[in-house]
Amino acid sequence: MADIARDMDISSPGRSESYELRLKRRNATERRFRMYGVIAITLAISALAVLLITIVSKGSSAFTQAHILAEVFFDPAEIDPDGTGDMKVIAKGNYALLAKRSLYDLFPEVEGRRDKRALTRIMSSGTDLQLRDMVLDDPSLIGTTQPVWLLASDDVDMLWKGHISRDVPESDRPISDQQVAWLDQLAEQGQVDRFFSTRFFSSGDSREPELAGIWGAVVGSFWTMMVCLLLTVPVGVMSAIYLEEFAPKNRWTDLVEVNINNLAAVPSIVFGLLGLAVFLNFFGFPRSAPLVGGMVLALMTLPTIIIAGRAAIKAVPPSIREAALGVGASKMQVVLHHVLPLAMPGMMTGTIIGMAQALGETAPLLMIGMVAFIVDIPGGPLDAATALPVQIYIWADSPERAFVEKTSAAIMILLGFLITMNAVAVFLRKRFERRW
Amino acid sequence: MAAVEMEQPEEALDAKITGRGVNVFYGPKQAIFDVDIDIKEHQVTAFIGPSGCGKSTFLRCLNRMNDTIDICRVEGDIRIEGHDIYGKSVDVVQLRTRVGMVFQKPNPFPKSIYENVAYGPRIHGMVQNKAALDEVVEKSLIRAGLFDEIKDRLDQPGTGISGGQQQRLCIARAIAINPEVILMDEPCSALDPIATAKIEELIDDLRAQYTIVIVTHNMQQAARVSQKTAFFHLGELVEFDDTEQIFTNPSEERTQDYITGRFG
Amino acid sequence: MTLTFLILVLIGLSALGFYIGRGRALNTVSGRVGDLHSLPSHYGFYVALWCGIPSLLIVAAWLILQPQLVEALVIADLPSAYRNLPASEFGLLLNDIRNLASGNVVSREADEALLAAAARLNRAHAIGSGAMWVVAIAAGIAGLTLARRWIAPQLRARNSVERTLLIILVISSTIAILTTVGIVLSLAFESVRFFAKVPLNEFLFGIQWSPQTAIRSDQVGASGSFGAIPLFTGTLLITLIAMLVAVPIGLMSAIYLSEYAVPRVRAVVKPLLEILAGVPTVVYGFFAAITVAPFIRGTGESLGLDVASESALAAGLVMGLMIIPFVSSLSDDVISAVPQSLREGSYGLGATQSETIKRVILPAALPGIIAAVLLAVSRAIGETMIVVMAAGLAANLTANPLEAVTTVTVQIVTLLVGDQEFDSAKTLAAFALGLVLFLITLSLNVVALRVVRRYREIYE
Repeated sequence: MADIARDMDISSPGRSESYELRLKRRNATERRFRMYGVIAITLAISALAVLLITIVSKGSSAFTQAHILAEVFFDPAEIDPDGTGDMKVIAKGNYALLAKRSLYDLFPEVEGRRDKRALTRIMSSGTDLQLRDMVLDDPSLIGTTQPVWLLASDDVDMLWKGHISRDVPESDRPISDQQVAWLDQLAEQGQVDRFFSTRFFSSGDSREPELAGIWGAVVGSFWTMMVCLLLTVPVGVMSAIYLEEFAPKNRWTDLVEVNINNLAAVPSIVFGLLGLAVFLNFFGFPRSAPLVGGMVLALMTLPTIIIAGRAAIKAVPPSIREAALGVGASKMQVVLHHVLPLAMPGMMTGTIIGMAQALGETAPLLMIGMVAFIVDIPGGPLDAATALPVQIYIWADSPERAFVEKTSAAIMILLGFLITMNAVAVFLRKRFERRW
Repeated sequence: MAAVEMEQPEEALDAKITGRGVNVFYGPKQAIFDVDIDIKEHQVTAFIGPSGCGKSTFLRCLNRMNDTIDICRVEGDIRIEGHDIYGKSVDVVQLRTRVGMVFQKPNPFPKSIYENVAYGPRIHGMVQNKAALDEVVEKSLIRAGLFDEIKDRLDQPGTGISGGQQQRLCIARAIAINPEVILMDEPCSALDPIATAKIEELIDDLRAQYTIVIVTHNMQQAARVSQKTAFFHLGELVEFDDTEQIFTNPSEERTQDYITGRFG
Repeated sequence: MTLTFLILVLIGLSALGFYIGRGRALNTVSGRVGDLHSLPSHYGFYVALWCGIPSLLIVAAWLILQPQLVEALVIADLPSAYRNLPASEFGLLLNDIRNLASGNVVSREADEALLAAAARLNRAHAIGSGAMWVVAIAAGIAGLTLARRWIAPQLRARNSVERTLLIILVISSTIAILTTVGIVLSLAFESVRFFAKVPLNEFLFGIQWSPQTAIRSDQVGASGSFGAIPLFTGTLLITLIAMLVAVPIGLMSAIYLSEYAVPRVRAVVKPLLEILAGVPTVVYGFFAAITVAPFIRGTGESLGLDVASESALAAGLVMGLMIIPFVSSLSDDVISAVPQSLREGSYGLGATQSETIKRVILPAALPGIIAAVLLAVSRAIGETMIVVMAAGLAANLTANPLEAVTTVTVQIVTLLVGDQEFDSAKTLAAFALGLVLFLITLSLNVVALRVVRRYREIYE
């Protein structure tokens, strides 16, 4: 053996000169490789940063709104000519005219129908509702003159926020030189200002960007999530319990397992097709309803919940089951009294993460008609509604410049919900994490 | 009895590896306490001691394998031929090329037998062409006493042979880069007696060419293969002497207790 | 809403049953719980289940059957002139009757017969709902009294209750299967109808996609053509771009995180990557459409290139961004699963870390990484919102990433969103596309999951 050893005429590589050279090259390769890793991570994280910064910088201005200060005379002749004091009559008053008149009063020199129309365009077409709501709140305003911050039109809003440049030629912007001049004149007297408006949080969708809000979508999402939660949690938890604790190891169980894993990876739009074909066309459920949206999302999140639930059940040590069985508890009692309470935090974490996924999901809801233009706030799971991500999609598709910031703001709200949900999940996991 | 005790010179002139005041910490916990040792060239040195005594930890200091564990910290001075292996200018990669290692559990790469042995020579650029590589692989396998058993299956996966064969494959893999020192961390603990005998025979053959340090649980094995034996206990080097001396006439009571089976 | 009320009433009845059952059980043994076979509450649940389950099942069956029965009745009473209409017009007629009944706008002049039918429809529904209330509550009370009568000390209430629970558990676990069955059946059913209109060959191998069927038969392009090849190539092009972004970045991130990064860096970077995975796809779509696409167009134009405003490149890049965390977390898992002994074996031979990674770890983890990439591809193919918002509608057959292409998912959305007429080839085509999408992603997943399972077996 030793003879053979001496046959090997290569010297130990660790000490030759060529080895040193080669080592330098190898170490350079090592540094380069490590650098690739750093570059990859930097790329991914800076892309995330660009994404978030883009959204926030585009969206933060949506929370304020430009307003125009005008003296509005609440003319009894237009609101309640017969002096009935009846709310129904008052609600039907010609408030649009009152708003227009208040603008004409600001610029008495404006003559002619075209100019007057141009002037009224600087305020929102929703100012009549604004005035009406004021009067309905406080009928004693009738007959008085009040300073009112009238909602400006979306173009004025964009101009004030700097999203429409004054420098581009008049023909290239939606707001004319004349209108800019009026606004500048008002601004000099402190009669144009932007301030925080709750409208964005309290109203439903609208064709006019300055009137559009996300409340309708938030409520729609709420009903959808409620239906989803009520369906998916019981079914998911019960499936997890059955598969983990009771199911015999046979082909059927194998099939269920494989099926759940595959279902988790089916594209969400396919669930939308399922909802359209089965719930809408076959069972005749109403279109655009959060009920159907929730059912579709429930089927979609079911695999997530089952997988998380099984992992949580698996984490409960067998010693606890044996202890309970040892004192004569039935299998079902073991599960209900011991395993389930211990697995609950894990299941809840999984549920929240599944719900967060469902909340951000858009494609299946498009399939079942939740993409309609809906102004009213949905009152229940059967009313036509849209959902937050779908609202984002609808606004992103709208041509008006002002919808860009609305979209970004809606995204900020959606991300806010998602971050909160995930934070709760992380908190739960940290709080109840047990090491056996 | 005491007269036989050998005096340790401050720095043995013919020592291949010298350790002075070595302390090792895992996080806040100290695993090795102030170890001094001189390991001679072309000898087999065995580290023995009960589980958790730090023998493997110390072994892994000798090729800085502990660097791969984040919380592990090594203090003191370990030199190979006088060069501080924890020095700033030392390249770990180069060190490990000179100090090879065989692990407790056979860990062949999930590649063919040939590729397992060729791996080292390839990454170190030791050979220029396929023929030379073939030669190195063949000779390494011959030297590891494995060639005859598997010469027809060089292209089959290294994970497909028996445990004893896998461990000899790992030894072949280690010697293919012609290291100066081979560290063996309980190389036979996962093997049956016949495979163990083969490896022990191999270790004895390899001594002519390399300096070998072997950690073992098995005192008979230490007695059979080593010339020098170091007894570790609770992170301390209790006694280090000629193997014969340790097993017939230890100078420390703890060593005596251990080799007679009173603890460990 | 009255339905919710009925269900609440039935649940209340069951709760009442629980107390009655428990009290009755205690009464039979005059309070000595030890004489009972099961706990008193088991007897309570026994009665509650007998009360609730049959009545709720009746309600469910009623809800499914009533509309069909009522409509059949109304149809039978229609004048024969209406009843003999061809199937498609008859469907419209029924729709009008329904709308008339619920007071909606109707597409035709409402004549006597129709008004009568609508009134009959309303009346029948009212009667049906009333009957449902009566029957359901009667069933609940019957169940309650019967079960109460069966209560005796030796009744094995716990076993019955637990068996019922187990049956409910089993039913729950089959819902996942039913979902798959539902998907397959609904897609297959509609697809078969589509292929009756458009031959399978033409769909799979045709290169012309223009699904607009004309409203009047004399219009140009009245037939519409359904060659899906441009959609497949468009999907592939965008998926390819996405993979070119996601695989290198995701894989290198995973390698860095699992092999190089110190725990502190890992603890920061991993959640950041997970945020990337948690961003809804509609947000990515908006980002692609509003930021990335104009940027690419601008850059391209400054280089003198002609870039479509909805270029495949923009959609692909952003989709790649979305898939990075998917690739990285799956690869991280498989890389971490490679045993430490292999790393040590390689380091022990003097290999550098990158040599160990490239020559030992990656080859060992390769099956797992391939599976991860397959899952990522399946994800990219099925992704909808990014391409709906950032890719085009025109079915171009091109490999140029600067041109606009369309994808399978985009077409499904465009075909089905908005007004749809059922039975038109246009609507049915969406289901055929859905079937193709489902089959492709399903086979990718099956293969990937099998590879992963095999891979796990090696190292466990």
